[in-house]
Amino acid sequence: MSADGPAAGGGPPLLEVRGIGKRFGGLQAVHDLSFEMTRGEVLGLIGPNGAGKTTVFNLLSGFLAPDDGEVRFDGRSLAGLKPHAVCQLGLVRTFQIVRPFPHLSVLDNVRVGALARRPQMAEARERARAVIEQVGLGAKARQPAAGLTLAERKRLELARALATEPTLLLLDEVMAGLNPTEIEAIVGLIRSINASGISILLIEHNMRAVMTLSGRIVVLSFGEKIVEGPPAAVANHPRVVEAYLGEEYVHAPAR
Amino acid sequence: MRWLLVAALAVLLALPAWLNSYAVTVFIFIFFYAFLGQAWNLVGGYAGQLSAGHAAFVGVGAYASALLSAQAGLTPWIGMLVGGALAAALGTVVGYLGFRFGLRGFYFVLLTVAFAEICRIVALNTDAVGGALGFYITFTGNPRQFQFQDNRAYYYIALGLMVAATGIVAAIERRRFGAYLIAIREDEQACEALGVNTFRYKMLAMVVSSFLTGVGGTFYAFYLFSLQPNSVFGIPLSVEIVIRPIVGGAGTVLGPILGSFILSPLAEASRIYFGQGGWSGAHLIAYGLLLIAVVLFLPQGAYPALRRLWVKAAVR
Repeated sequence: MSADGPAAGGGPPLLEVRGIGKRFGGLQAVHDLSFEMTRGEVLGLIGPNGAGKTTVFNLLSGFLAPDDGEVRFDGRSLAGLKPHAVCQLGLVRTFQIVRPFPHLSVLDNVRVGALARRPQMAEARERARAVIEQVGLGAKARQPAAGLTLAERKRLELARALATEPTLLLLDEVMAGLNPTEIEAIVGLIRSINASGISILLIEHNMRAVMTLSGRIVVLSFGEKIVEGPPAAVANHPRVVEAYLGEEYVHAPAR
Repeated sequence: MRWLLVAALAVLLALPAWLNSYAVTVFIFIFFYAFLGQAWNLVGGYAGQLSAGHAAFVGVGAYASALLSAQAGLTPWIGMLVGGALAAALGTVVGYLGFRFGLRGFYFVLLTVAFAEICRIVALNTDAVGGALGFYITFTGNPRQFQFQDNRAYYYIALGLMVAATGIVAAIERRRFGAYLIAIREDEQACEALGVNTFRYKMLAMVVSSFLTGVGGTFYAFYLFSLQPNSVFGIPLSVEIVIRPIVGGAGTVLGPILGSFILSPLAEASRIYFGQGGWSGAHLIAYGLLLIAVVLFLPQGAYPALRRLWVKAAVR
């Protein structure tokens, strides 16, 4: 594996991001960003707060249209596609601030996702049940989503996305706000999802988790990619340290 | 629950044998407004898109079948479908403008009210449809002209409309279409992310809802025999349509019916007791008070509250 390219693998990349950019008024949220993902890969997307990570998710999932550049998924351009169409192609995202359907039960929440590929209600229900078991919410299936704890709501968010049977799953900070035990459990869950053949693009602030899960990491700062490579190389890269801690820290004499 | 509904329907079918003519009239209003409320329920209750201009669809359906009957000799039994189709066409325009441009909440309410008001003003100023004088249907008592000597015929038609609309809504609720509408009401963006074409499903709900409401227009026209733009396109009628499902339980199959059984007799009673002494409109005050009470104490409406009681009783 080279530090600046995706893991070696046959066939075209699953996801190709080519020079995408997005401006909000005077703010360049994302600038000339390119990276690729191969099938089966877990790619971490990290960077300080405000680096543009969630904007990247919005650009990939059709919630925002890029000003420049192009996103290709599974060999086809996503230009002009609405989020629901992107999801139908097999690229689904979760939200950083979870958005459960509060008055619906856990099962009904997940069923909405399952209906994307299984239009028959009974079949969708079955699929939803299986996914709920997989994420460990089986005991809560009949409870309204509004009554779940944060950790459970994160799992629900994950379950709903998973129920759409994606090939690429975009996870936006599914570990934020969880305690170490809960994080460990969700890391195991993400690993098992990946093992079932689903590629994962992960935005995460929990460095330990992102380092263990990701085969490669892309680091964003002020909307630009500053480093890309395997976790070990990224963690010690001076530009990454600089982005997180400031320039002075990098040049400070070691004690 | 199912047997209870079948029993209730049997009672309603048998009831006219014992009712006097006035009581039959009261039931006709209950059924008819329950039907309109059910049609609204699909887009306003399930999909959560608050249309406050559904009178526009009643009016379009009513004028269409009345004019086609008077001027082209078309039987209202077919005119009913034409009226429904024209109302659905109007619903498509309103829905497209609202949903394509992302009008939500009050902005969608204002859009729907504006369309109903445009219809009212156009009808008021179009002499070909009677203008401000209104449009009158000559009574022939001919069933082929949707006219009946016996009030009970209207009773059964109104009951049929209510049951049919309720069946349609119940069938939709059990399918993907219904599950998606409820999810759209809960969180539209989350739906989009999960592969739901929210625009398409909101449009579909609007089309079905406006079609049914337009069909109701024919009943309105051939039951009352007169169409006044201010009544049939007016904001008060839109309010009558909206308030029953909200009081009964918007987004539930039985909510609009329950709401109509609560409100229609109330409106009728206040018309009788207050109407004569120059107090007409007193029922609107009652509506206002009831609506405040419902929003404060039963924000999901009467039906969900009843259901909770029922479940509690069953558990005990």
